[in-house]
Amino acid sequence: MFVFLKKPKFWAYLVLLAVAIVFPFISPNRYYLTVVTLSFIYAIAVYGLNLIVGYLGQLSLAQAGFFGLGAYVSGLLSLKLHMSFWLTMPLAAVATTVVALMVGLISFRTRGHYFVILTLCIGVIIHLVIEKWDDLTGGVRGLIGIPRPTSIGPIDFISLESQYYLVLAFLMLTIFVMSRIASSLVGRTFKSIRNSEELAATLGINVMNNKLLAFGIAAFFTGIAGALFAGYIRFIGPDICNPNLTFEFLLFLLIGGQATIAGPLVGTLVANGLTESLQFMQEYRMVVFGILLILIVRFFPGGLAGETRILITKLENRFNKRKKSRTNAPSKGESHATKDQGFN
Amino acid sequence: MNLLIQQTVNGLTLGSIYCLVALGLTLIYGIMEVPNFAHGHFYMIGGYVTFFMMTLYGINYWVSALISGLVLAVCGILLERLVFNPMRHTPHSNQFIAAVGAMLFLEASARVLWGSDFRSIPAIYDKVLVFGGVRLTEQRLIIIAGAVVLMVVLYIFLKHTMIGSTIEAMAQNRDGASLVGIDVNRVAMLTFAVASILASAAASLAGPIFLVYPAMGSLIIMKAFVIIVIGGMGSIPGAVLGSFILGMTESLGATYISSSYKDVIAFAILVLILSLKPSGLFAKGAR
Repeated sequence: MFVFLKKPKFWAYLVLLAVAIVFPFISPNRYYLTVVTLSFIYAIAVYGLNLIVGYLGQLSLAQAGFFGLGAYVSGLLSLKLHMSFWLTMPLAAVATTVVALMVGLISFRTRGHYFVILTLCIGVIIHLVIEKWDDLTGGVRGLIGIPRPTSIGPIDFISLESQYYLVLAFLMLTIFVMSRIASSLVGRTFKSIRNSEELAATLGINVMNNKLLAFGIAAFFTGIAGALFAGYIRFIGPDICNPNLTFEFLLFLLIGGQATIAGPLVGTLVANGLTESLQFMQEYRMVVFGILLILIVRFFPGGLAGETRILITKLENRFNKRKKSRTNAPSKGESHATKDQGFN
Repeated sequence: MNLLIQQTVNGLTLGSIYCLVALGLTLIYGIMEVPNFAHGHFYMIGGYVTFFMMTLYGINYWVSALISGLVLAVCGILLERLVFNPMRHTPHSNQFIAAVGAMLFLEASARVLWGSDFRSIPAIYDKVLVFGGVRLTEQRLIIIAGAVVLMVVLYIFLKHTMIGSTIEAMAQNRDGASLVGIDVNRVAMLTFAVASILASAAASLAGPIFLVYPAMGSLIIMKAFVIIVIGGMGSIPGAVLGSFILGMTESLGATYISSSYKDVIAFAILVLILSLKPSGLFAKGAR
């Protein structure tokens, strides 16, 4: 019954979770806590991107637009209508999803480069509209003084630590949902569309509906990330829907490894950690990251998580081979099993 | 009425600049099927090279433009050799990401090297000509004339020279071109060189009117993509037509619809076209 207790993966996750929970107490200063909280917010959005780019295989560049949309909807509702965060956040997520579904209806009729360019243009449109719609969004000045998430009963979200735990809770929810999706029939359907749209359609998969589903789920989480961002930073400007942010998300995803569950979190933490430790060369950041992006897609398309997995599989195979030659007993089934595990 | 004529000329100017950038982009797409996202940033670097040649070394405007063209040709070849050629057989989204990487690198490098200030290439031809109430600076006429000359030169190069026709041949049929002994690598480098020269020429022409700054490439590259989607990716006449359609629409739209939303117009057109016709307006067959 408790099979998962025997899996090393489960224990690894448990340790990671424990580290995440005690992090505010072991963090040497509050600055690190801020950086990690912000990384977690971005990671939620990167999980959305991972679903589309990694699992569905469609390079959508409208994600920063959705992130900004979520942030602005949440920010505007709480500023202008004085709604509570716990109401504005779901509304922001739903609004983002609705917009994304409309975008998806148009953009999924196109393919390949056309899709990439179209989604990029939609991202730019969202950015420009938010920037130019002075009366509503405050234009380039942005929205200032967005209220913090309101307290639930005895729990308030005033201290940095409590906000960290709030974001962590949503991150865990995201990871849980994403890993469930990845291993479910729906996730496999997405992967089949990535591998060959024609083949998937031949098997009776409704390609359009599945693409829309992935797009909608991704936008939902991106919207949540946007709302969390608005409640955490409490100041938002049109820059948060700039396509450059999409490119950063893409960078985080690629560093971590696309189509993996660990990838988005690992990539976001590593990239943001690097950025913060290279603070003195803030200006050169994109010079380094630009080249890094090219090197990753050229030499390590799997990213950190993907390449590690490949390495582990290789090591396991070598280990098994050695064991096999020593015992001299053919264990075909076993090596197959390990191989399968490597692709899970 | 005067306003209309004035805006038409402005639209033509804008269209000429777009045209030179979009032609390069469509040439590269036609040969390599690579959406070269860094192309707009070549435009930016071209502008900077011309600017520094003129202000630092006091070189003549036209000579500076020529030098900038040569520098950019080398940059184009380097990009092709180092980034796109090794990635030819990877999925298209990876090439797109690599192009984005090149773009981020170029913009950040420009920022680090030259700062984020707006600069303007010194205008030599800044006399204002008046034709029956319509006021034009000479530079605008030079932009339009320069673009036309370059287009004619490009046409002659592609259709009536041996090297140029290898590009055409490759665009029409890659395997066929290799079969008759055309060197794929040479053509790819040549295409990138020609496209980069066009981008730098566009920047040199536009520099005295529009400004030179590190982010100047990112908006124009997206518009150039809009143009080649409108015109059919890889199609040269389509790119020319699309550029002038976009230049006109923006210029007239800014006057008669809304000037603060003028940049939205281009992207709205694209969304409209692709929602009605997902394969582009003048798509060559099905891809």
